[in-house]
Amino acid sequence: MSMLHRKLYRDLWSMKGQVLTIGLVIASATGGFIGSLGTFHALQQARAAFYGHYRFANIFVEVKRAPQSLLQQAARISGVVDLEANVVASSQLLLPGVPEPLIARLVGVRTGVGPRLNRLHIRRGRMIESGAVLETLVDEGFASARHLGPGDDVTVLLNGNRQRLRIVGIGLSPEYINPSIGGAFPDPKGFGVFWIDEERLADSFDLKDAFNHLSVIAAPLASEPQLLNELDALLHPYGGRGAYGRRDQTSDRIVSQEMNQQRVLGTVMPSLFVWVAAFLLNVVLGRQIATQREQIAALKALGYGNGAIVRYYLEFVAIVVACGVGVGIAIGAWFGSYMTGLYTEFFHFPAVPFRIEPELVGIAAGVCTGAGFGGALFAIYKVVKLSPAQAMHPPAPPRYRRSLIERFGKVRWIPTAARMILRNLERRPLRSGLAAVGVGAAVALIIAGTFWWDAINYMIDVQFNAADRSDAVITFIEPRSRTVGFDIGRLPGVIRSEPYRAVAVKLQSAQHLYRTALIGLGAQSRLHRMLDVHQKALDMPKEGLMLSDRLAERLGVYPGDSVQIEMLEGARVHRDVRVAGVVHDLFSMMGYMDIRALNRLMGEADSISAVNIRLDRTHQNELFARIKAIPAVATVSIKENSLASFRETSARNVLVFTSIFTLFAATIAVGVVYNSARVSLAERAWELASLRVLGFSRGEVSTFLLGELAIEVSMGIIAGLWLGGRLAALLADMMHSETFRIPIVIAPRTYVIAVLTTLASGAMSALIVRQRIDRLDLVGVLKMRE
Amino acid sequence: MGQAVLIARGLTKDYIMGEVVVHALAAVDLDIYAAEFVVLLGPSGSGKSTLLNILGGLDTPTRGSACWRDHDLSRANESELTRYRRDHVGFVFQFYNLIPSLTVLENVALVTEIARNPMPPEEALKWVGLSARLDHFPAQLSGGEQQRVAIARAIVKRPELLLCDEPTGALDHETGRLVLEAIARVNAELGTTTVVITHNAVIGRMADRVLYLMDGRIHRVERNSTRAKPVELSW
Repeated sequence: MSMLHRKLYRDLWSMKGQVLTIGLVIASATGGFIGSLGTFHALQQARAAFYGHYRFANIFVEVKRAPQSLLQQAARISGVVDLEANVVASSQLLLPGVPEPLIARLVGVRTGVGPRLNRLHIRRGRMIESGAVLETLVDEGFASARHLGPGDDVTVLLNGNRQRLRIVGIGLSPEYINPSIGGAFPDPKGFGVFWIDEERLADSFDLKDAFNHLSVIAAPLASEPQLLNELDALLHPYGGRGAYGRRDQTSDRIVSQEMNQQRVLGTVMPSLFVWVAAFLLNVVLGRQIATQREQIAALKALGYGNGAIVRYYLEFVAIVVACGVGVGIAIGAWFGSYMTGLYTEFFHFPAVPFRIEPELVGIAAGVCTGAGFGGALFAIYKVVKLSPAQAMHPPAPPRYRRSLIERFGKVRWIPTAARMILRNLERRPLRSGLAAVGVGAAVALIIAGTFWWDAINYMIDVQFNAADRSDAVITFIEPRSRTVGFDIGRLPGVIRSEPYRAVAVKLQSAQHLYRTALIGLGAQSRLHRMLDVHQKALDMPKEGLMLSDRLAERLGVYPGDSVQIEMLEGARVHRDVRVAGVVHDLFSMMGYMDIRALNRLMGEADSISAVNIRLDRTHQNELFARIKAIPAVATVSIKENSLASFRETSARNVLVFTSIFTLFAATIAVGVVYNSARVSLAERAWELASLRVLGFSRGEVSTFLLGELAIEVSMGIIAGLWLGGRLAALLADMMHSETFRIPIVIAPRTYVIAVLTTLASGAMSALIVRQRIDRLDLVGVLKMRE
Repeated sequence: MGQAVLIARGLTKDYIMGEVVVHALAAVDLDIYAAEFVVLLGPSGSGKSTLLNILGGLDTPTRGSACWRDHDLSRANESELTRYRRDHVGFVFQFYNLIPSLTVLENVALVTEIARNPMPPEEALKWVGLSARLDHFPAQLSGGEQQRVAIARAIVKRPELLLCDEPTGALDHETGRLVLEAIARVNAELGTTTVVITHNAVIGRMADRVLYLMDGRIHRVERNSTRAKPVELSW
């Protein structure tokens, strides 16, 4: 081994504190980058593979009742590659020992072979067969939430009749990745998908030789709007509710939304991290090497060429980066597997193939190495351009001047220590600034990572406390007369009941078309309120249409404009209706009307499709038992449960993700503060030791150095608080999806977490540096020149 | 002769350098008296710096005792030694060790912030003849001026003991003499017990007593019946 290499390893060892903290910054950034992007890629691939291999359709239509014979006509529509019809129904589900009503989505499939489109992946057990016992496959989410498995029995109400189902397997379907009722939060505890014999299902719902659900695979280049129109024209006479593409398919919409969230969190955040780490590496390594000026000069004096010296320091950087990246790969592998594990539970893909992607490792290592080399080369260049004799001398004594605040006049009251600190900061504004920027970046990253939690809480608060104040929603199989609503209101435990009418509609204004639901609310609706941006309740106009703000934006309409409504139910009326106002909606894009106006528009007397209720918890079980016995009731969804499930899954994923990133950001803070302090200490050890000799105590001397650090950290925190808000806004904007808007709400708690984490990192670094100050060589200083 | 203020008995300092033990001081006995001017002479490695460091409370002996009046320096802990340096000792270093970010006045004032009974900083600077340059930063001063600031900084707290480690080592002859004049004045007019380390035997003529150190022992002691004035010295 050459002597220079020996020196290299000893230098690495003697600078282990700095090497370790810099290495950890690289490791965190690399780990976050490859783990997170790897997770996102794995999810993308998993979804693509699932959709592809299991032939997920791209067009869907629900109809009231269409004869099987219609399928041949449908298949002849140009652009249709394949299609399959079946029967789908919702029903109440009864599980022993579960008082609350559960909802089953019953999907008819051919026994023995299963569906041809939207094929099933059987995780456990086997495909259903026909026989005396009605067999079923159940979706994985519901099965694991309710601890069901092959051999267990469940009871469903088939059009009002109790029917026992025997579970023979656990299935996954691309059509129900995230089973959810009408696009609300997925609630795997309260909502399950059951695949059963299609003939038995059709018989029960009086759909023999008919279907009510059609899935179509379109040719890749076929025009979707045209296909939708032709399918609509074909199915309209049979109660077609409007064909729609994947974009409007409930499961795909939720999956896309979650993946979009993961895309922003999982790609933008870690990429920012790598850049921040690279920036720090550049600054910190440059400064560390600058402190070795005399050694570099001595090597040159001994006859080593610039090339050898440059090689030496580049090797130094390369080793630090390689160690960091090595640890980063391990962190990334763990992080990625952990996150994919969480998402596998959430998404129910057959497989999520996480792997360490060499390209990602290459990018992270390349950026870090480049930044490190850049910093090192710049520092070395400044030394080697001097003659060895000149370089071996210490740099010229630093020139100081009075700090800005002192130049305003004689300011006797500023303590000497503070003057020293201020002048030191001012003499090297760039350096102090860079340290502050590093700290600020850490603060900002913590805020941007943590604020999701605040945003989610805010959304939940607005949606579930201010707008939707019901405890449960009871929906009917078919629209019912208003009197049924009154009957529900008289059930035990119902404190308040408000019936509403929901109709599937197409809204159109000029070329803008949107498929959604139109909700008819009572004039005195209290359980479902429309809010303005200030969360003030809006009155329902007697006539006209209220639109979700983003829907109005999407349709390009303002209050006073008119919108064409096409009802996708009943007589499929077309009407132009005036927009009366806009509603501030965080989660949905819907239309609202007075229920009587809507009934008039539909040409109905006074029909309702669901009832919002407020519950008295003490009579809850009694109510549930009564509801289960009402045949007209299709589903009961309990808000609290879907909320809880949302918090357990989606929100938990965000929380885990952001916690890990907070930890990574803390390592950045440590890396900046510790290295900044070590370099300052190296430069000023002589001065500080002199002060110790003069009789200043360890604590007093520490103040001189750590005070400077404290100011840098404080400036960084202030900048970071501002920057964090900007970054959060930027991320929220990127995550903005059609159905979902992330409000930029940052709770004081988030700022506190960011500040405390950074302060703790700073304090930890300060403590380590403080120990070094305690060990300053007082004797040596008398003999040495600076 | 006055009362002995610094008393060392059997003062020994061993340094372990790898597998070799270096005896920097070998059982030195020494009394230094109040207001006395002592010069320690000796070649490199003779132990003079080690002795000064222990007397100044910067280092502790391996064996033996060193007492400042009733303070036992050999048994003092870190904070007691800090206290001792702060309250009793003024240091002057070869390389001045001024704080570059503070002006002349502030460098001196810095010490007054932790001293018990300091003189006004301006007065200390007047003592060394630097009243005109109070607002300059160290980088704007010559070496001799910087060393005089260091002396002002050392005496501003009215120390009882002034320890100077090669105070003229980095200075030319002319400037060195100005610095020595300042030290001699402090000793004569303030009655500060003064110990100066030097390579330069000529400086010994200024002292009451010259101690020659060699191999960690006091090899020879010389007393000057009359002390030379710095202006009389040449080297």
